[in-house]
Amino acid sequence: MNARLAGGLLLLGLLVAFAGLGALFVDLADAQPLSAAVARPPSAEYPFGTDSAGRDLLAVMVVGTLLTAKVGLLAGIIGIGVGTTIAFIAAYYGGWVDRVLSLVIDVLITVPGLLVLIVIASAWPGRMTTTLMALVIASLAWRDPARQIRAQVLVMREANYVMMARLSGRSGMAIIFAEMMPNLLPYLGAGLVSAVSGAILASVGLEALGLGPRHEPTLGMTIYWLIFEGAFLRGMWWWILAPLTVLVLLFVSMYLLLIGIDEFANPRLRRRA
Amino acid sequence: MMLLRIGRRLAMLLAVVFTAASLNFLLPKLAPKNPVETKLLQLTESGGALTDIREIVRAYEEKFGLNRPLLAQYGSYIKSTLMLDLGWSIAHYPARVMDLILRALPWTIGLLLTATLIAFTLGTLMGALLAWERSPWLVQALAPAVMVLAALPFYLLGLVLIYLFAFTWQLLPMQGGYGLTTLPGWTWSFALEILRHSLLPALSIVLASIGHWALAMRGMMITVQGEDYMAYAQANGLPPARRFFSYGLRNALLPQVTALALQIGHLAAGAVLVERVFGYPGLGNLLFQAIEQNDYFVIYGVVFIIVLMIATMMLLVDLLYPLLDPRVRMGGGT
Repeated sequence: MNARLAGGLLLLGLLVAFAGLGALFVDLADAQPLSAAVARPPSAEYPFGTDSAGRDLLAVMVVGTLLTAKVGLLAGIIGIGVGTTIAFIAAYYGGWVDRVLSLVIDVLITVPGLLVLIVIASAWPGRMTTTLMALVIASLAWRDPARQIRAQVLVMREANYVMMARLSGRSGMAIIFAEMMPNLLPYLGAGLVSAVSGAILASVGLEALGLGPRHEPTLGMTIYWLIFEGAFLRGMWWWILAPLTVLVLLFVSMYLLLIGIDEFANPRLRRRA
Repeated sequence: MMLLRIGRRLAMLLAVVFTAASLNFLLPKLAPKNPVETKLLQLTESGGALTDIREIVRAYEEKFGLNRPLLAQYGSYIKSTLMLDLGWSIAHYPARVMDLILRALPWTIGLLLTATLIAFTLGTLMGALLAWERSPWLVQALAPAVMVLAALPFYLLGLVLIYLFAFTWQLLPMQGGYGLTTLPGWTWSFALEILRHSLLPALSIVLASIGHWALAMRGMMITVQGEDYMAYAQANGLPPARRFFSYGLRNALLPQVTALALQIGHLAAGAVLVERVFGYPGLGNLLFQAIEQNDYFVIYGVVFIIVLMIATMMLLVDLLYPLLDPRVRMGGGT
């Protein structure tokens, strides 16, 4: 365990505790408009204040953290699943299948993801939901896992234990799941963290641009509303402070986790540090 | 060899641009309800500016009419897109999408280019110094802060900066490319006004990306320091500054330039959101307004132009690379 990994886990733990305890003790219905007094600064009744549409910002932060995590996890898991499947298909069949799939992955990795996601997401004006959002993001989230896992599988295919299994007459599926998968687990784990954090980054970005679910109070939508309603011009500092703090904590924790896992999995980086 | 490399790069650029154009064509068709047609239908029914809208609808039908086979529609779409004919804006009718883009483009390019060059230079220098035997205390002290800032997306850091510098301390303007009351013109005061407005957007890109460059450069510099020629330079008694710049930095810089090519897409996407947060009058803001108004031709046009710019920049960096690395140049000569 290194310092960065520990720091990342600690910050993430804080956020999980906040969202978990919040879900138990805060009335989550208050995250909807018109459920509290309008535009109130923090007080005993509303510890984080309320926004100009009458949402209780404490409830919004709890619900927003949960919804944003949902989008990230859903898109990340689908991305890893689809990416791994494509990687195995490419590496297993080889030949022109591999060449075509690799070309598709290479071209798609070069196309800037957020811009393509903007085009996709704009096809559902006003009908976006968090689940749909996750699916939209997942439609591109498989690119990086596919490339990384494919490279790993290609290396592994030549390994002695895979040769051994093949010579003992085990089936392709058995080799994939019994021999290769266990050895891929560290890569899959690191890939999942990276995919989830990428998905959260993309979802908050899309939402801030106004392509998010308008009826669900995610963290990105909170950013969208506060810019849209001119929170700065109205001097409503609490409206800005709450989502900024949560998002900064979220992004820093994921960044530390990513670097930490990298150091953990790659001893060469550790010695340099 | 060299020609083959350039040819392969050009093919990749064409593939990327072609993919982007095709996605713009296909995605609305794949959606449960074609959003472009829905929007046009809405406008025709509401009949706000009837004659104008009819003109767009007619042009749209001509190109994409359902009575035409899909392949023919695709063909004419790709042809006009590649000729940079991106159609009309639905929301600001007589304006052509390309004109709107050309008006916004200088703002984005100016902001992005300046900020990226500053961040690249500062970050690379910082990373190199961090790996050097005697790094200045200032660099050491700043390193952790810069690394944490690298975790944040540009626009989020932008919001923090607005909160501090424009909202709390009221030192710099919050919004826009120039003041509401200023008349644009070639004067010093207007140039100063632009500078004042671009400071915070540029700063949010610079601060959030220095860390990435520093981290990558530090790793490369450590590797380079283990090389024999570094030990040889020291044994020859070369002064530290000479060893740092001509021997260490020069060699460690090459992967950084490659990284720059790969980062351009990420930077452009980040800049889009920064402009939205600051209401900066570039492509990002144009895109945001188009999204708000479901102005699909502008959305597709801006996305296409950004992809085109990114692909071209990557090609340029790739072609300039041999100028920096004599080994590639030599290899190409044989």
